[in-house]
Order: sequence, then C-alpha cells, then structure tokens
Amino acid sequence: MTPSVRLQEMIRVIRSARTQGEERGIIQKECAEIRAQFRQTDNGERSHSLAKLLYVHMLGYPAHFGQMECVRLIASPRYSEKRIGYLGAMMLLDEKQDASLLITNSIKNDLSHSSQYVQSLALCTLACMGSSEMCRDLAPEIERLLRASTSYIKKKATLCAVHIIRKVPELAELFTPSARSLLSEKNHGVLHGAVVLITELCERNAETLDKFRKAVPELVTIMKGLVTSSYSPEHNVAGISDPFLQVRILRLLRILGHNNDSASDAMNDLLAQVATNTDSSKTAGSAVLYETVLTIMDINSESGLRVLAVNILGRFLLNNDRNIRYISMTSLQKIVQTDHNAVQRHRGTIVDCLKDQDTSVKRRALELSLALVSPVNIRSMMKELLIFLSSCPVELRSQTASGIFNAAERYSPSKRWHIDTILHVLTTAGGDVRDETVPNLIQLITTASELHCYTVHKLYRALVKDISQQSLVQVACWCIGEYGDLLLKGECEEIEPVQVTEDDVLDALETVLQSHMSAPATRGFALTATMKLSTRITDNVDRIRSIVSIYGSCIDLELQQRAVEYNALFKKYDHMRAAVLERMPLMEKNSPGHTNGDSSGEIKEPEPAKTKPVEPILLSEPANQVCDLLDLLGGTDTPVQPSSAPTSTATTTSSADLLDLLGGLEPTPVPAVTVYEKNGVSLKIQCDSQTDTDITVTLIASNSTQNDISNFTLQAAVPKSVQLQMKAPSGNVIAAHGLGQVTQTVLLNNPNKVSLKMRVRVSYSDQGTMLQDTVQIDSFPSPSWNSQPSIGVL
Amino acid sequence: MQFMLLFSRQGKLRLQKWYVPLSDTQKKKISREVIQMVLARKPKMCSFLEWRDLKIVYKRYASLYFCCAVEDQENELITLEIIHRYVELLDKYFGSVCELDIIFNFEKAYYILDEFILGGEAQETSKKNVLKAIEQADMLQEEAETPRSVLEEIGLT
Repeated sequence: MTPSVRLQEMIRVIRSARTQGEERGIIQKECAEIRAQFRQTDNGERSHSLAKLLYVHMLGYPAHFGQMECVRLIASPRYSEKRIGYLGAMMLLDEKQDASLLITNSIKNDLSHSSQYVQSLALCTLACMGSSEMCRDLAPEIERLLRASTSYIKKKATLCAVHIIRKVPELAELFTPSARSLLSEKNHGVLHGAVVLITELCERNAETLDKFRKAVPELVTIMKGLVTSSYSPEHNVAGISDPFLQVRILRLLRILGHNNDSASDAMNDLLAQVATNTDSSKTAGSAVLYETVLTIMDINSESGLRVLAVNILGRFLLNNDRNIRYISMTSLQKIVQTDHNAVQRHRGTIVDCLKDQDTSVKRRALELSLALVSPVNIRSMMKELLIFLSSCPVELRSQTASGIFNAAERYSPSKRWHIDTILHVLTTAGGDVRDETVPNLIQLITTASELHCYTVHKLYRALVKDISQQSLVQVACWCIGEYGDLLLKGECEEIEPVQVTEDDVLDALETVLQSHMSAPATRGFALTATMKLSTRITDNVDRIRSIVSIYGSCIDLELQQRAVEYNALFKKYDHMRAAVLERMPLMEKNSPGHTNGDSSGEIKEPEPAKTKPVEPILLSEPANQVCDLLDLLGGTDTPVQPSSAPTSTATTTSSADLLDLLGGLEPTPVPAVTVYEKNGVSLKIQCDSQTDTDITVTLIASNSTQNDISNFTLQAAVPKSVQLQMKAPSGNVIAAHGLGQVTQTVLLNNPNKVSLKMRVRVSYSDQGTMLQDTVQIDSFPSPSWNSQPSIGVL
Repeated sequence: MQFMLLFSRQGKLRLQKWYVPLSDTQKKKISREVIQMVLARKPKMCSFLEWRDLKIVYKRYASLYFCCAVEDQENELITLEIIHRYVELLDKYFGSVCELDIIFNFEKAYYILDEFILGGEAQETSKKNVLKAIEQADMLQEEAETPRSVLEEIGLT
C-alpha cells in the first residue's frame, strides 16, 4: 500500500463512525499509533503519519504533538517529507511558538536549494506564517531571489517581499530598487507580484509613492497592452485578458493618481478607454470596470470621466446579478456627497432597489436613498420611504424610521407636512423608533402653534385606534394634556368635524393607564395628561380627582409619587392648580437633530418638578432651611421671573437707587434697594461686605396695605458654591399702613467669588388668604463683587 | 486575503488557510462564527457581507462553500474570480471535482491552493502554469518514493 492509500483508509474509517463518541475512539487509537510512529527512527512512514495528523487537526482535535515532527520533516532531504512537513508547519505552528524559530534555518537553506520546487515550499511558508524575526533574518535572501533567473521563483519572492514589508515596514527600502525593475518583466505572474509589491510600498511611504509616480507611463503601457491585446488563451477569462492583473494595475494607478494632477492626466485616456471598451456581461469584466470606476473617483479626473463612471454604476444597478447591484450601491454611497448631481440621475433606479429580494441590497438602497433626499425631492422620496417602512425587514425598521425623521427635520416643506410624516412613522413603526423621538416630536409640536388643534385631533384619533405603539401614545397623551381644550372644541378646519366629549377623552386616557400594554413611562404621561385636563375642562373635574386618588396607592412608585403630589395639588393648593398646570412654554432644541439625555428627561417629566408644593415655614430652622434650599436650587436652571409690573417697578427703583449710589461718596453702608413690591408688600435689600468673600444681606419687609400681614416668612437659595446662613427673622407680622416691618439677616460666604445670585420666596397671609411669590436677585448693591454688573444694569 | 475556508452545507470544515498569525483558539472561534454567518444566508442574497472590519466573499459550488475574508479596499468581484479560478484548478486536477475528492485528498487541495495563492495574494494568473507546477512537484514526490517500493519488492525492507 502506498502512504496515500493508508491515509485514505484512515479517513474512510473515521467517516464511517456513526456517533461522535465512536469517532473520538477511532481518533484516539489513530493518534496513539501516530505518536508511536513519531517516536521511531527514520522508517519512511513519517510523512503519511503527519498527513494523518493534519486530517485529525482539521476535524478539530488537538494535534500540537506533531509540531516537532514538522520541524524534522522540513529538514529531511526527501522532497515528499519536506512537502508535508512544510504544510504541517503552516497548519500547526503559529509564530509565537518556539518551534517556528527552529525552522528559520531550514527555510534559509531551502531558499538556496537546487530544486525550484523545494525553494517554492520555503517561499510559500515564509509568506504564509513568517514572524518578524524570521522576516528580518531572511529578507536578504528574498531580495537576492528577486533577481533570480526563473520567473517561477521571482514571482513568489516578490510576494514574499510583500509579506516581509507588512511584518517589518522598515525593510521596505531594501526592496524598492528591485520592485522598480520588475515592471520590465513579461511574465504575468511576476508582473502581478511587482504591482502588488509597489502598491504596498506606496501605501506605506509618501516619498516612495512620489518616486513611483514616474512609473505611471509604464503602467499605462502595460495596461493598454492588456486591453488591446489579441486573443491569448493562457490568460483569457470570459473575454477579458488577465483580469487579475488589470485590477491590480488599476488599483495602483488609483494610489499614484490620488491628489496629483499630472499623474491623473497621464492615465485619463487609458481609464476612458477601459471604461468604454470593457465588456461587463461576465463577472471578470465587471470586476475590471468596477475597479476602473473606483480609480476614476479617487484621482483628479475630469468631470466628463466622472459622469461616465457614475453612469457605469447606474448600469450596474440594472444588472441581473445581485452581487453587482450590491457593489454598485456601495460605491455610489461613497461618492454621493462629492458627485451628488450625477448620482441623483439614478435616484429612480436606486429607489427601485428598495424592493430587492436581498436584505443586503435593501440596506444599501436605504442608506443611499436617505443620502439623496433633498429639498426638491423631499415629498416623493418620503412617500417611497414610508412605503418601504411598512414592508421592510424588521432589522431595518429602526434605521428607516430614524432616517425619515432626520430627513423630514432637515427638508420639511411645511410644519404640517412634518407633523404628518412623523405621525405616519409612529403609527407604522412606533415600536422601532429611538427614544429621543418623543421629546423631539413634542418640541416640534409646541413650535407649530397654528397646528395645535389639528395635531391634537390627529393624535387623539390615532390613540383611540391603537394604544400599543408606545411612542405614539406618549406623544398623544402629552398633546391631549396640553391642548385638550382645543380637542373638545371640535372646530379644527383641516379635519372633518367629530364631536369629542370630556368623557371620551378621559376614557381614552384611562384606557392607557389601565392597559397591560402600557409601559411605566407611558402611564406617567397618561396620568399627567389627565391632571392637566383638570384645568382644561369644566364638567368632569371630580372624575379626574377620583382617577388621581386611585393612583395614590399604585405599586409603581414613580406613578404613586406623582399621584400623591397631584392629590395634594387638589386639596391643599387648589388655588395654584390653574397656574401650575397651564400650557408649557415653547421648548428650544439643545442641538439640531438630537436631544441629550438631560433635556429628554426634563421634557418627559416637567410636571412633577412644578407641582412639588412646599408648606410655608412659620419659623426658620436649619433642617427646614436645607429642604427649602434644595427645593429652590432645583429650579435654578429655569429661573422664575416676577410678573411684568413688579419687574418694571423694581427696575425703575433699582436704577434710581443706583444713580443715587453713584452720586454718593459714602463707602458704607450701602443704601437699601427695593427688589420686590406687590399688593402693598415690599422687600428691600441692604448689603454689607465683611471680607472679600463674606457679605451680610439684610432683608427688610414692609406693609403699606390697610390690614396687618401675618405668617410672614422668607426663604432664600443661592448657587451651590456659595454658603448661606439665615438668621431668625425679627417677627412674622407686619403692621398695616407701613407702621411695622420684618427684618431678617442672611450671611453669605462666596469663596470662589462667583457671580452672586439669590432667589427669595415670600409667603404671607392677608386676611386669611395665603399668598406666595418668588423674586430673583441678580445684582447686589456692593462696592466690590458686582461693581461691573451694577454698572451694566445702568 | 486574511483567510480562506472551505466548508460543507452542514458546516463541516474541509480546508482552512490562514494568512495572518492567530492562535488555535482564535482560529476555531472565527471559523465557527463565519461558517454560521454564511450558512444563515439565503440563496437569494448576494455573495458579500461585512464582518468586523473585513469583507466576507463566498460562493457555493455543489455541496461546498468557498469563503474568503478580504480587506476593505479589496475588489469583491475579483475575489469571486479568484475563488472561481481555484475551483477550476481543483476541477482540472481531480477531473469533475466533488467534495469527496477534497476530503480524501485534502493535502493535494492545499498544495494546489499554495501554488495559486501566496501570502494571501494571487501569485499566478495562468491556469496552465499552476497545473504544470503541481504536476512537476507530484512527479518529484513519486520519484522520491520509488526506491523504497523496489526495495520492498525484493524483500529487503
């Protein structure tokens, strides 16, 4: 029996195993025999034993014990043993193992072997698995072989040089001169290797790239020879002369012509010729055309040539072969920004590819379609994309929805169209949109005041129809809460009139609250909307009170807390409910197209922050002050401004006092400035600086009304870096007719000397009516800290 | 090219050639991942897919998948031609090649591949030259084995 017959017999036996266990048993037995063979001295059986082991290795079983056998066989004088030894080395050794070091010397010897087939084995192994150390050791040998007499060795040595340069880039210089001369070769294999080597050299070094630009005419000549050559059966592939070599030359030309006008000019005619004359009916020709297009697009080619390239890609889009459609789409995507108009001409074909059977092609078509949306084609493109959204694979829905949102935001022809488009997406693929869609849409709706009635009607109907689309439900709830009164009017012009009653709306919201399909966040939206409606309707406030009351004992803590706060709003602070729940002001986007997490959170939960009622404190105490400070600081980012009249008065008074201040020459104390005056109650502020970081603020309240004011309290908040200490007030009753006053001292420590701001809350009772107001103080009449801001106010 | 895998429709590996240094564990993991990915593709899908920062190019011939991983800037269509050329070489060498030929002569399949591709790059664009080189090497191997056969025949083993 010959060795190969014995190998095949083992393979047959292994393949006949009926179970995994049986196979393992057979392999264990075979491996034991192989090990025994390896331990024997030279008996002529080593090569087939190793071959058996390599088969076992391919099945996934451990074969590391064969590594040293590979080393021994490589060193053997017999070609048959060398052949399988080198194959084993490539399969079993990796460059980190010591054994690979041991074969360096054998490879070195074999590179000089008298038989070119032995040389070939060594070259192949070096190019496949040579480590950096091996490459450094053997680089001179390879450089010598680049000048060998036979093309068989020369072509392999050339690709070895490529491997060496990839492993040890600093050795590139060693091979540059030889690479240049290899371009004179006639043999296609050597030429191919030379082009690959030069490509590698140019990609790694700008100077080398510049030198090889001089080779462009040579490359053009070689390429023209291939393109115009008469039939040569040896290298012909489906009518194309050596497409492998053509593609490599085109790629090298691309690198040489990139950002270089003269090199680009030199290859211009050639590229036009290849682009025009290459037959694309088979894959080989399409490969050459494809590479030509890539080259035209990447060099400084003239516009006519670029249009020709785009048209080739357009023809590729119509090809029956989906591989060609796919690569065409990929290429068009790369150039859609730079050659937008040329690509637009193929928009219809690209959109048609959305219907392709292949998901990969669909994905490319989607990306390209989104890139082609413009102000001119927004309506027709969006129509196509919305159709696609309703039928596309699940994995593309999210991307499609986001793409539609972005395009609509950039190019929408009108706000109504914009809202309609987004609602369409939410009803079609609401489960696949990203989280920021909800706040983005809410922001969009608030800015379209003239469409509030239209929008709330549309959303209400969508809600009644389907409450499973969470994003849609959230936006709908928010909208109904804000504009519920418009919904109840039923007077929307753009939509056919439908009478909606208060009970209808509350039924819908209650359905959302109770549905098992509603996410916790969605229920929060619904509860808040219900609460807001209590100030938008007239007849069913009691029903709302009842709904809110039920959720005060909800298991969901977030919902429970909200409900408890709303209950408090109904009971203790009903007089504030209308103000607290009034329409939200316009929201501005943080940045176009995106909303950050903070803003998103803020938009989602605006009501709880507003509806946190705080009982007035009759006497100031440290613990209470801490709570008060935290509460007041929570609103720092959105300062509450006093109503216009008091502001005007305060400003006037402040200006007058400041003028007086500038006119006066007294260093201390600074006169008191009125910062608040309303309903006969006024508050003045007086400041005294102790050090450059400490300031004493005295708050003086007086009452010019007909009745005494009782339960008067002041609370204050400052930025976090400032420390605040409030002393006890002088009292909590202010006599009428300006006869009495309450004084309270605040000590401020400002170690960082930040711009000082303070917010003060005023609470008091007037004939049994509880009143509360907040005033923001942004500039203090102080000689040191805010001199500049004070002057600025002037 | 970073690696080439040949596997059956059942996912059995028939040939693996790696042109980048990887540990055995990594090779096994990558093989399993790529094979699963390709087998999950439907016949109507194109032959290209993106994987990590590479491109997978594959094609099925009868019961065997031929699969390559190439760098991002490689031309996918010419890679398909390289796969096709390798199949043609196997077909010429074995005569109407089938999966069993590659199973029972796997080392020959490697020798042919190594004569066609070197260091992940096509080294010879002439089909005739590749086959001629393989024939010469096979003859050299047979010559080396003949003396032993003669000795065995006359009972001098």
